Amino acid sequence: MIMSDAFSLPLGKLFTTANYTDAFSKMNILNAYKNSIIISGCVAAVVILLAGMASFALVRYSFKGSKLLYNIVIAAMMFPVFSTIIPVFRMEFGWGIAGSGKTWMSLLSVILPQIAGNMAFAIVVLTGYIRSLPIDLEEAAFMEGCNAYQIFFKVIMPLTKPSFAAVGIFSFLWSYNDLFTQQFFLRNKDEWAITRLLLEISSKEGTNYGLMAAVVTLVVVPLLIVYVCLQKYIVKGMTAGAVKG
Amino acid sequence: MNVYKNKKPAWVFLIPAFLFMAVFLYYPFLQNIVNSFMKIRNLGGGVKGVNNPFYKNYAELLTDPNMRVALKNTVIMIFVTLFGEVGLAVILAMLVDNVKRGTKFFRIVYFFPIVISATALGVLFNLIFQYDGGMLSQMVGEKTNWKELYPLTVMMTPVVWQYVGFYFIILVTGLNNIPEELYESAAIDGATRWQKVRYISWPLLHNVVCTCAVLAVTGALKVFDLPWVMFPNGAPLGKTWLTGTYMYYKTMQAPDIDYSSAIAFFIVILGVILSKVVNKIFKERDY
Repeated sequence: MIMSDAFSLPLGKLFTTANYTDAFSKMNILNAYKNSIIISGCVAAVVILLAGMASFALVRYSFKGSKLLYNIVIAAMMFPVFSTIIPVFRMEFGWGIAGSGKTWMSLLSVILPQIAGNMAFAIVVLTGYIRSLPIDLEEAAFMEGCNAYQIFFKVIMPLTKPSFAAVGIFSFLWSYNDLFTQQFFLRNKDEWAITRLLLEISSKEGTNYGLMAAVVTLVVVPLLIVYVCLQKYIVKGMTAGAVKG
Repeated sequence: MNVYKNKKPAWVFLIPAFLFMAVFLYYPFLQNIVNSFMKIRNLGGGVKGVNNPFYKNYAELLTDPNMRVALKNTVIMIFVTLFGEVGLAVILAMLVDNVKRGTKFFRIVYFFPIVISATALGVLFNLIFQYDGGMLSQMVGEKTNWKELYPLTVMMTPVVWQYVGFYFIILVTGLNNIPEELYESAAIDGATRWQKVRYISWPLLHNVVCTCAVLAVTGALKVFDLPWVMFPNGAPLGKTWLTGTYMYYKTMQAPDIDYSSAIAFFIVILGVILSKVVNKIFKERDY
């Protein structure tokens, strides 16, 4: 029906949920969701933690070479993914992570390069925010007997929550949408994340419009909901991450 | 104060992040340059010595007809992103800036496409441009093979549509930073709305536009997902190669690992040169 009159509304006899049941039973879309959330969740969490720690140290500690380290971060943002992906695959293949056929290993093999890919941008954004924090609170915490680690987790982290959120959401979305890396590392059906599954469906079932529209809806609607709820952080994170490679 | 006198924790904080970047960015980047001079057949396979002559892949780049198509399309893509995305975004931002109410609504709506994965958009636009029963064919009233007839237009329209909102947000933020007093004093001097845009907004926005242009150019080199979903393997007949998609093809579909490493390095060089050129053209100015 969609082929002859795409602009009519699905009312009465035209209404069907068969495409959605198909998407869940035939395509195993739930499994792909699970993989996507594992991958992107890990990427976002690790990026927030490690980038937060590194930016804290870069801003607050003055030592020889801190300027150089910051420039290394800036330069790391410029590498397009094309220029690193082949050696990364060969390296991970050598370690037995990539192309091993084990689902968890394959997921890990996507997570690792994606963490590195988001790290530089996250550090640039977070150093900006941490630099703008007044140092008084940290001094007070120090007087109370906090050490550097406690200061980071109990003072810095809560204070920079909005920018941590922006960075985390950006990393999550970027990883969720990144088809290129997924295509390199996720070879088996069980390992596919959501965008990889979508590509497969579009090339195999290219003529089943109803099913395709259903799957696109299933991919886009969660994003739409998240976007509407977290709109402020997303826009901030995306524009701050603009220069990411 | 001596909160941060003890420098030892700094290394604990720094090492994990920099280790990640060293292992997964810097080392592979250098390794990739080395690989482009080697003989490597398979992605997981070993290195079989140095190419003969060692610059063989780069010589091949110059004569490869597919590479020429890819380069041509990428250049077109760069111009389309510059004028289509940034240009359109400038116009939209100026218009929205002159609207009194509802700017927030425009920001939310224009920005949304960026959040959706390019893969989903590719599938979506595939449905729209479908030969048999696609939305556009239905609107025109006859079956037209859009993807065969106008491959580049069909490929670039969704890319432009997706990213306009991104530059729009950056530009709107830039416009908001222009002090209100300037417009007020211009209004007292009797400036029309158009004159305000021409002589206040536009010059003051110059540096922001420059940033957007650099982002657009480097972004155009990175486009991969959407073209790959809509036109896999350079279909139809290798007309739609981009440097990125061709590099992927040479890695996975027609394995020639050392050659695709050379393409990847070529993309990097192209990116560096182009952003330098754009910076030259749009030189940052002070007003």
